[in-house]
Amino acid sequence: MSDTATQNAPASEGTSERRLNMIEAINDALDVTMERDDNVIIMGEDVGYFGGVFRCTAGLQDKYGKTRVFDTPISECGIIAAAVGMGAYGLRPVPEIQFADYIYPGLDQLISEAARLRYRSAGEYIAPMTVRSPFGGGIFGGQTHSQSPEAIFTHVSGLKTVIPATPYDAKGLLISCIEDNDPVIFFEPKRIYNGPFSGYYDKPVQPWKNFDASVVPEGYYKIPLGKARQVTEGEQLTILAYGTMVHVVEAVCKEKGVEADILDLRTLVPLDIEAIEASIERTGRCLIVHEATRTSGFGAELSALVTERCFYHLEAPVERVTGFDTPYPHSLEWAYFPGPIRIGEAIDTILKD
Amino acid sequence: MADRPEGSAAKGDNRPKLSLHVPEPKYRPGDAVDFSHIEVPEAGTTPRPDEACDPAEMRDLAFGLVRVLGDDNQAHGPWDPKLDADTLRAMLGHMAMTRAFDERMFRGQRQGKTSFYMKCTGEEATSVSASMALAADDMVFPSYRQQGILIQRGYPMIEMINQIYSNRGDKLKGRQLPIMYSSREHSFFTISGNLATQTPQAVGWAMASAMKGDSRIAATWVGEGSTAEGDFHSACTFATVYNAPVILNVINNQWAISSFSGFAGAERTTFAARALGYGLAGLRVDGNDALACYAAEQWAANRARANAGPTLIEFFTYRAEGHSTSDDPTGYRSAQEREEWPLGDPVMRLKNHLIAIGEWDEERQEKMDLEAAEHVKKVTKEAEANGILGHGLHHPFRTMFEDVFEELPWHLKEQAEQAVRERETKFPEGLPAKGVQG
Repeated sequence: MSDTATQNAPASEGTSERRLNMIEAINDALDVTMERDDNVIIMGEDVGYFGGVFRCTAGLQDKYGKTRVFDTPISECGIIAAAVGMGAYGLRPVPEIQFADYIYPGLDQLISEAARLRYRSAGEYIAPMTVRSPFGGGIFGGQTHSQSPEAIFTHVSGLKTVIPATPYDAKGLLISCIEDNDPVIFFEPKRIYNGPFSGYYDKPVQPWKNFDASVVPEGYYKIPLGKARQVTEGEQLTILAYGTMVHVVEAVCKEKGVEADILDLRTLVPLDIEAIEASIERTGRCLIVHEATRTSGFGAELSALVTERCFYHLEAPVERVTGFDTPYPHSLEWAYFPGPIRIGEAIDTILKD
Repeated sequence: MADRPEGSAAKGDNRPKLSLHVPEPKYRPGDAVDFSHIEVPEAGTTPRPDEACDPAEMRDLAFGLVRVLGDDNQAHGPWDPKLDADTLRAMLGHMAMTRAFDERMFRGQRQGKTSFYMKCTGEEATSVSASMALAADDMVFPSYRQQGILIQRGYPMIEMINQIYSNRGDKLKGRQLPIMYSSREHSFFTISGNLATQTPQAVGWAMASAMKGDSRIAATWVGEGSTAEGDFHSACTFATVYNAPVILNVINNQWAISSFSGFAGAERTTFAARALGYGLAGLRVDGNDALACYAAEQWAANRARANAGPTLIEFFTYRAEGHSTSDDPTGYRSAQEREEWPLGDPVMRLKNHLIAIGEWDEERQEKMDLEAAEHVKKVTKEAEANGILGHGLHHPFRTMFEDVFEELPWHLKEQAEQAVRERETKFPEGLPAKGVQG
């Protein structure tokens, strides 16, 4: 257990309840799977001795040794490719790409190799790997530390894309990913590593320990891939979101007194289409919120699906709130971020008729 | 012209003009060929360092050329692997079979039985001999011109042809371009069409083998043109950083489709010398000398197996045929090149060696070649009974959606249903005999 975890010790100390932030939950998931399966290994820049720039792998090298948790050269191509070879050998590598913005040099290995190995070998070879990578903005990371490239991956046949929004989910989903026999991209919304974010950059962030979603059971549990989480129930509209934006929309709805059916999608591929359909059939209105750029973003896919499958239930056009089609500008980060104003206006538009 | 910064000299600048160098091969179609610039050392003159030596001690080997078979058809020097006659005959047999296979498959493509084929004529030793120096369960990550490995490892030839024809017997379910085989049983990794991608994967596999305390090593093959890919350099870095038990074979066959090796940097240095910058052991080997190929691969395998480190081997050879059936080499290189290639033909050289040591003769060679051709012909007929490309006997329609994921997700289920409906509407009386895959 890291120092941060000790600081975040539960208010109800002395009970069995354990509260973790998302970093600790991820660390815990890695620990649990490494304990259970010798074939789980961790590799990436700075993940070994130092425990990763965000400390997600802290303490694991000490516990499992240098051949199971080790640093790599700064070569995203090499990291992903080596993981493909390790997966083919029979390991379950969990490579870390330090920032999602750096994943591009490894894209060919992900898209053409990891994702298609099973298909092209008709099941002879598989690449059971989970690429972990912090993504998203809101931390003044500039245009090379803030992107949300999930849509690139959801377009690729053979990859799964998973994005947790709470510590509880982060652990349960990550364990599922590592045990999955398909290659998975596990994007960690770094803005909410330490606490959920309301969307107001000038308001202090509450630490995770103040929220029930930080109660993370010890040991092994899984959250199945392809199942959305019902965040709040409401009749006025459905809001589809994932990652940081789940918390922003929740805060906006609370503030505006809107009773929304908020779905945290958790996994984009496979997608929980049943939950989406069921919700929209009930509310008749749909807002999609993500941080990534708008054009050809995953919101476009969601909007198309909702229109195709729920058209006769819709009372208003589907709206999308997204980042702009520009790189993430460092100094104007809060102008870019799809925050409460943009979301609020979209809700008003959807509800006006 | 690109803008210059304000105030900088533009016109009237007295600095010398820069010029760009664009490599050009020495010979184009119609040119007379002179390969005298290629240094071919006497066979047997290259020293053989200890397999566990420091790469720095063997620097010169990255610039030389390990050769065993001399002009007198005898084996010479410290790299002579001293193989017994049976092994040499087996080697020759695999190479002859590879050549016969190439001939038949090339013809099959011309007959319209498949869309594409790639011969390895002139390069047989770089796969057959190298493969013989590895253990059968060492993992190989080949590129697309290593059919000799499968033949050497005893992979059923019918499976190769089924794959090439994408027929109902193709265990890859007709998904891969012809010649992109896969056989886990034969420790042969599935071939990718994207170049050099398998190189760092082989390193990863070798790292995994080392992590688990296994004894198997990995070997990978890449063309000299593809060494320009970033993947190759990632592979070299990872291999050296982790001392991975891996062999990086670079097949320098002089041509990457129509681009000569100069476009991968061959004008400046050798490909074996790439090893030096990484601290890898580097060997440059006569790729048309079957014994030298065997010896180099064996040296590297022993080195890897003893945890002494990875090796980069450049096999200096010549692509005697076109890049593929879609390529016409007469359009870009002199036809004389093949005739004048100073290192000869690997099959002929090995044959002549066996004859020179009294273990072979022309009659047996002729008989062997004939038997190889007959065997390939017979197996081809068997494979053709499973179908040829575009003639209807393919894997069932539904298999298109299998193996994308371990389990079929809802969206693929829906698309599979759509595909089946579509097929019924398109072909109400069944699939046409030709041109549509069922």
